[in-house]
Amino acid sequence: MSRYAVDLGAPTWEYAPAPEARDLARLDTVPQGRLFIGGAWVEAADGATMPTHSPATEEHLADVAVAGAADVDRAVAAARAAFPAWSALPGRERGKYLFRLARLLQERAREFAVLETIDNGKPIRETRDFDVPTAAAHLFHHAGWADKLDWAGLGPAPRPLGVAGQVIPWNFPLLMLAWKVAPALATGNTVVLKPAETTPLTALRFADLCAQADLPPGVLNIITGAGATGAALVRHPGVDKVAFTGSTAVGKDIQRALAGTGRRLTLELGGKAANIVFADAPLEQAVEGIVDGIFFNQGHVCCAGSRLLVEEPVHDLVVERLRRRMATLRLGDPLDKNTDVGAVNSAAQLARITELAAAGEAEGAERWDTGCALPERGHWFRPTVFTGVSQSSRIAQEEIFGPVLSVLTFRTPEEAVAKANNTPYGLSAGIWTEKGSRILWMADRLRAGVVWANTFNRFDPASPFGGVKESGFGREGGRQGLAAYLSSAPSAGGAA
Amino acid sequence: MSDRLSVMKTYKLAIGGQFPRSESGRSYEVVAHDGRFLANAARASRKDVRDAVVAARAAQAKWAGATAFNRGQVLYRVAEVLEGRAQQLVDELAALTGDADAAAVEVAATVDRWVWYAGWTDKFAQVAGSVNPVAGPFFNLSAPEPLGVVGIVAPQGSALLGLTSVVAPALVGGNAVVVVASETRPLPAVTLAEVLATSDVPGGVVNVLTGGRDELAPVLAGHLDVDGLDLAGMAGATVDELAALEVLAAEDVTRVLPAPAAEPDWTRVPHGVERIMAWCDVKTVWHPKGT
Repeated sequence: MSRYAVDLGAPTWEYAPAPEARDLARLDTVPQGRLFIGGAWVEAADGATMPTHSPATEEHLADVAVAGAADVDRAVAAARAAFPAWSALPGRERGKYLFRLARLLQERAREFAVLETIDNGKPIRETRDFDVPTAAAHLFHHAGWADKLDWAGLGPAPRPLGVAGQVIPWNFPLLMLAWKVAPALATGNTVVLKPAETTPLTALRFADLCAQADLPPGVLNIITGAGATGAALVRHPGVDKVAFTGSTAVGKDIQRALAGTGRRLTLELGGKAANIVFADAPLEQAVEGIVDGIFFNQGHVCCAGSRLLVEEPVHDLVVERLRRRMATLRLGDPLDKNTDVGAVNSAAQLARITELAAAGEAEGAERWDTGCALPERGHWFRPTVFTGVSQSSRIAQEEIFGPVLSVLTFRTPEEAVAKANNTPYGLSAGIWTEKGSRILWMADRLRAGVVWANTFNRFDPASPFGGVKESGFGREGGRQGLAAYLSSAPSAGGAA
Repeated sequence: MSDRLSVMKTYKLAIGGQFPRSESGRSYEVVAHDGRFLANAARASRKDVRDAVVAARAAQAKWAGATAFNRGQVLYRVAEVLEGRAQQLVDELAALTGDADAAAVEVAATVDRWVWYAGWTDKFAQVAGSVNPVAGPFFNLSAPEPLGVVGIVAPQGSALLGLTSVVAPALVGGNAVVVVASETRPLPAVTLAEVLATSDVPGGVVNVLTGGRDELAPVLAGHLDVDGLDLAGMAGATVDELAALEVLAAEDVTRVLPAPAAEPDWTRVPHGVERIMAWCDVKTVWHPKGT
């Protein structure tokens, strides 16, 4: 009997558990109930704390401080005090601090990956292969900019803005920290950063790196808390620049709060990206791209390809192949190296996904999910696809921020563009076709800040990322991203 | 001295390539620096603002879709036609300000500024865009794209050069514009609109409204089909007034260029690409490399 006599048509897909060592996270060293202000660990003025839990097991992980107005004051004052010396430092020296941070993060990559997976619920495969290395890459990339700002195309001797108040989301906690902190520090600003309520641990651990790197006190301050802490930070009169990544609703609140203040603002908000598949697309690759586009990070991605637009003749074929591929996704313990889909980050987010999926059914779309078993504890949602979705349906218009895909069809490129652009959002879009001229024709017309052609969900520190329309303004990454943290000399009054 | 009576000009709005009166039928007196009557200008209404935004939206895609070289030729044509109308604009400005020498300087600078921006159309994307060396086998390109419709409150003092300095850069990138002219000095804006209409600028790409700044600016700021808002003409307004406009803009995440503390001397404002880029978003396109 040949050793190839296995029925390749019916794979069993059984995997033995391959869990990453949980101890690597060193949870016992999390500074309980402390804020990182002025290079020191301090309690909140009123001593308030809040718990953070593992979304996969619901176990209690740590109690972190809740920064109140007095603490925000203190953190902004520390950043202000650190600003003159930090901004006056030669760019070469600032850059070397960032190079140090990048290297320290790389050295402790495994620890950060495990800690992130435990706190966030995302698979270790993603934190290990994407979140942590990409965060280190952002630090490394921007480190090199610090002494080259005269070549950034912003005029001679561009100046830092001052104190940056930065509020980041829970979907990529460490990576969003790096996206925000790296350009701000490289350009000579000082920072007060607030990580998300449900995912504070890797940001607090990052403070460790600052100490190891000998970063001057006050250059980076990290304050934990919930929405009220973030609201106090972005409204603080001592903040010169606000950078926010999160929902469009909160982004609008911040823009209103800053109205008339003249403070600089960048917003990276929600999305409802169309992933457009033409009949001539390489379908196996397209299906991989569709899966990566919506099930990466449990769909907790602002640029997720949550609307699949399929050219009508291949709709049934694509949906069939997609379902077959989805059936092989392994959902479960995020620390297991075989896991593809981890836990939903919080009970509140699970409730929102559940509610929107129910609305999709109620509005007449056909629901299908993988039917896979769900762990008994924790927050979970099966990879789900809706077919027969109308453009006006809530699941075609609202950001679900979960592993839920809505499938629509089109007949002509013009119709695909019209449907793709038919939301208030404009963060990203995907195109799948073998025809190069059509890719470029489509890319010109899609109202999105990032267009992925024959690929999806790619990110790089050298590549500007950000949205159009109600997905926000400003770019992160590359030369264009630096503009968010610098002012060129003749800006007052508007240069003509 | 001739006993011929001169033909007075009717100053109207410019919307969608047409020159209508305000749909409201309202007008207001424009007076010279010494108080004498110059003309009745149309007092635009909120409905005129909405009509202008509709016209701008309808015209924008074709303007943005023209080649950059073509847009450059059209904007250069504006300078050519403007040169021929220079004396009329000098007269209008001089009547409004009482300073004929300064008026001549302003008109000359205005022509030169159109020439300067005309030259940018097929260059700024190279300055603002990039090929990005990403860590993987991908072609990765970033380039600026126009926002769409830009609403502009034009400078109140510099009625022609200030106006040009805020309108022209928005056009460079392929935006369409709805501009509220200087309230007390609206005549050069209407004359400029006539120049634009005879310079191959497609109808609707620049829509000029005259009337009450504080009546029209909130309508523009709160309009959900306005993608960018330039508050250059709100220089000197109170923080509360500015905040109210920016709050309206935030409703749909409209990009805002805030008002300067005081109106700058537009002849001295350094040239740059800032105002071109303010009305563009960078789009990044990825594609794998392979055989």
